[in-house]
Amino acid sequence: MRALQGVDLDIDAGRMLGIVGHNGAGKSTLMQIIAGTLPPSSGAIAVAGAPIPAYGVRAAHALGIRCVFQELSLCPNLAVFENVGIMHRSLRGAGWRGRARHLIRASLDAIFPGHGIDPDRQVSSLSIGERQMVEIARAFSETEEKVRLVILDEATASLAGHAATQLLDFTRAARARGIACVFISHRLAEILAYADDIVVLRDGGIVGTAPASGLDEDRLVAMMGEVRAPAGRDAGGARSAGVPRVEAAAQDGESLPLRVHAGEIVGLAGLAGHGQRAFLHRVFAAARHRERGLAVNGSIAHVSGDRASEGIFPLWSVMRNISAGALGRLSRFGLIDPTAERALAEAWARSLAIRTPTVSHLATRLSGGNQQKVLVARALASGADILLLDDPTRGVDVGTKRELYARMRAHAAGGHAILWYTTENAELAECDRVYVFSRGRITDAIDRDAYSEDRVIRASFASAPPGGGFARAG
Amino acid sequence: MPAGQPALAAALPRFKIALPVAALAAMFGIIFWIRPAIFSYFGIGLLLDLAMPAVFASMAQMCVIAINDIDLGIGPFISLTSCIAATLLVRAPAAGLLALAAAIGAYALMGGLIHVRRLPSIVVTLGASFIWLGCALLLLPSPGGGAPSLIAGFVNLSPPLVPLPILVLAGAAFLGHLLLMRTARGAVLRGIGGNAKAVEQAGWSLARGRMLLYGIAGACGVIAGLLLDGINTSGDATVGAQYTLTSIAAVIVGGGEFVGGDVSPVGTVTGTLIMLLTGSVLSFVNISTSWQLSVEGGILIVVLGLRALARTA
Amino acid sequence: MGQRFANAPRWIWSYLAAAVVYLAIVVIAAGAGSFQTFSIALQFATFFVIAGLGQMLVITAGPGNIDLSIPGVMTLAGYLATGAMHGSNAGLLSGLALGLLIGLGAGLFNLALIRLLRIPPMVGTLASGFIYQSAAIAYSSHAVTQPSPLLAAFTSGRVLGVSAMTVLFILLTAACAVGLQRTRAGRAVLALGQNRRAASLAGFRVGGALSLVYLASGLLAAIAGILLAAYSGGASLDMAREYLLMSIAVVVIGGTSIAGGDPAPPGLWGSAMLLGLLVTMLNLLHMPEGVRLIATGGVIIGVLAVATPQGP
Repeated sequence: MRALQGVDLDIDAGRMLGIVGHNGAGKSTLMQIIAGTLPPSSGAIAVAGAPIPAYGVRAAHALGIRCVFQELSLCPNLAVFENVGIMHRSLRGAGWRGRARHLIRASLDAIFPGHGIDPDRQVSSLSIGERQMVEIARAFSETEEKVRLVILDEATASLAGHAATQLLDFTRAARARGIACVFISHRLAEILAYADDIVVLRDGGIVGTAPASGLDEDRLVAMMGEVRAPAGRDAGGARSAGVPRVEAAAQDGESLPLRVHAGEIVGLAGLAGHGQRAFLHRVFAAARHRERGLAVNGSIAHVSGDRASEGIFPLWSVMRNISAGALGRLSRFGLIDPTAERALAEAWARSLAIRTPTVSHLATRLSGGNQQKVLVARALASGADILLLDDPTRGVDVGTKRELYARMRAHAAGGHAILWYTTENAELAECDRVYVFSRGRITDAIDRDAYSEDRVIRASFASAPPGGGFARAG
Repeated sequence: MPAGQPALAAALPRFKIALPVAALAAMFGIIFWIRPAIFSYFGIGLLLDLAMPAVFASMAQMCVIAINDIDLGIGPFISLTSCIAATLLVRAPAAGLLALAAAIGAYALMGGLIHVRRLPSIVVTLGASFIWLGCALLLLPSPGGGAPSLIAGFVNLSPPLVPLPILVLAGAAFLGHLLLMRTARGAVLRGIGGNAKAVEQAGWSLARGRMLLYGIAGACGVIAGLLLDGINTSGDATVGAQYTLTSIAAVIVGGGEFVGGDVSPVGTVTGTLIMLLTGSVLSFVNISTSWQLSVEGGILIVVLGLRALARTA
Repeated sequence: MGQRFANAPRWIWSYLAAAVVYLAIVVIAAGAGSFQTFSIALQFATFFVIAGLGQMLVITAGPGNIDLSIPGVMTLAGYLATGAMHGSNAGLLSGLALGLLIGLGAGLFNLALIRLLRIPPMVGTLASGFIYQSAAIAYSSHAVTQPSPLLAAFTSGRVLGVSAMTVLFILLTAACAVGLQRTRAGRAVLALGQNRRAASLAGFRVGGALSLVYLASGLLAAIAGILLAAYSGGASLDMAREYLLMSIAVVVIGGTSIAGGDPAPPGLWGSAMLLGLLVTMLNLLHMPEGVRLIATGGVIIGVLAVATPQGP
């Protein structure tokens, strides 16, 4: 699967390039290639006009490329200045501690005046915002190797308000010194205010490059998405009636309420990692025991999109993976009936068109799409009232995706409730209602008839529900 | 990762050493109350004699725990090195030195194997413990042997004012603190325990780091064995078995954590003393030594349990 | 043929290795007393297997899970049970009940440390093991441990020429194997061992599964201790000394994955026989005990180094 295609990127010294895009646009892949952690399958990387054949993390570092990702690379058990020593190998021998302290203090003072962070403090005692500040300051710190390019990938996400401003103001000074910056953020206002040029990615390719001065939020939103008419879906059956299967209360104007009824497919949208997955886990837990502000009525099953780390059992066959949720029904006198188990697995394999030689095959030998079908089969076979889908079509081929959509429609029509988190906006067309998440809060609730991708993207970048909470869906 | 509250959390790392030190002071207080006569030059020396090998056992364990591993074979390893000292080092010093060097090398190799094949350190060190014990039994099927005069002489030193064990303990704490907490290399090694991926991405070799730490652990084990032989002036293949649990307890009680690379050499020395003095207190009140290990186990459980509860609070 | 080899279950190797050692013994002893040798090795193997069964269940529950308190539980249960029996058949039932209760109690205590206090299993069971051992030491000073004649007879009794105890525990091993693969609880343990997160999200009760394996381990350790004490005519303080490593050795060498989720119950017998015969062979060759220990430790590390799945 191609994450990036035909991307030609020029990053000029002394300028800040802002990169925006929705899910799956290819931003993180692009950054990993620049950082050297991912080799490009084709194309070349050139610095100052000279192509670099053997590119990697160390080469990148030596060339003066520094990265700050959202995932922190500090050692929490070490002090701040000791972490600086890890990055700069030249800091050793007598007096290294003083030098390291001086280096990080200077960098922190330059970028975040008034930061109040003592370099002797252990990183684990710092708040997330402070850790982010340390990570950024470390990236900008120089010993012998000069910094030439700094990549800030959602680096302002964990920073407190004024610290983010300080950082961006600093990038102006850095740019004046000739350092190039690449800045990825979901805060469009920030990017528009500070970037010199903006690149918009969509579906693995660049759809637009323009100086920031010529753009505004609306144009960016429009470039990131495609206004598409929702696929036709029968509006049959009385929905939104009766006791909801899942009900989440609103949170003091910070987040909209959420409701899922039997027979409905409700989508969770928004930028990846903005609380949708955590919400699904909360719903799953709420089915077993009480949770404040969250009511779940009915049995529940979960389908994970992260098949390898929380879905497929790697030592088990397709059959055992499918039957995992239905073992109660397959047991006679406490022992699982192997014939019944096989029959169940084969029936679901047929029903979902799972391509495997036999159901006794090891599940990990199947293709990604078929593995996903196995997980769906497991959830369906459990007969649960509520289905939670955690981005199940990631890395799945188009044909399988269509089969899964059809299956979900049928499942809902059969009276089940489905809560579906997806990072692909096109899939939201299958939903009766879409709740958009931004920074852990539900910022918009969009009914089927009022759906537009434009609206989803706008809400993904919003910081609060429009007009304060309790806005009615529609 | 939970966000830290500024004032309290910033002070917490300093609290961590305060607690064991306070506990140690309390222990000395209890001993003074029960047996005030012990507080003489000779008495302290006798009380703390066995702290010398114990502290090096704990240092060895600390090195391994620093990278999120655990060494269940350090006790038998110390038995082995003390047996080597009691036999080879006395009869054929060159062979003895070679054997000790080989032992350190074996420890480093064990660390390398654990890294390269991604093996669980629990089972590997446990398996190795049988190899150490077997070698020790081959050297000394029954207790015997002697001690090299150099080592026996060292152990019997009586420096003015301060008994030898205190000097050795202070020296170990100082050296350990200097090497692990003050050098750049030491920070990198501890960093592996905190975030191995980040350290690797910064260009450091994890394999070399692990082998270095295991090698240092082996060296500490050798020193412990030599000291033990010097004190007992004879070897015994089972003499060091108790050091496995004692060393683990010492590192943890001294403020160390199993995961995260958060260890302290000074804390480890303090913890060792606490464990040792617990045994002494028990014998002063006539509780049999067979309870000593379970009391150590109990202390370990209590300390870990309290920490876990404090974390969820 | 090569394909067949590759697909053979991992535990076959332990049987093959045991067979090789047995043949070596037959050759060394020039055929004398071969059956006797086999039968004594099988007797000791049985004790290793009982302890190893519990250890296997714990290790199967996933990485990090291990029970280092088995020797302590064995000793304590052995002492208390035979102490209560006092050498009479009248005390048999109460002795057994007491011993089994100790096993369950130990399992519960271990669980409390692991689940409630969040202490890593290896440390928690290491510490608790010492506590159980100390309790045994305290009890031993004023107790007479004498097994009921009935129990002693059972441990050395034969059924059609084969040890009754061995037959019983072969059946128990088989039942355990079936239980792991064919019951909900067993599948829960297997799922937990493969991926705790996935098991929880698939609807398995992972907390219950974890509790089950530690309780079973405590119980089996108690049984091993009681029977060992009965066989030896009484309990002794170092009766379980080698069971810490042996319980892990028979599990690892027998083909159970140390990473969890993949138990190999038949392998327990193969590796126990291998280790038992190894001891016998080394004794025949008048090798000192040290060689046996080195060999055992070396085989464990060797098997681990070669057979541990390397993963992504």
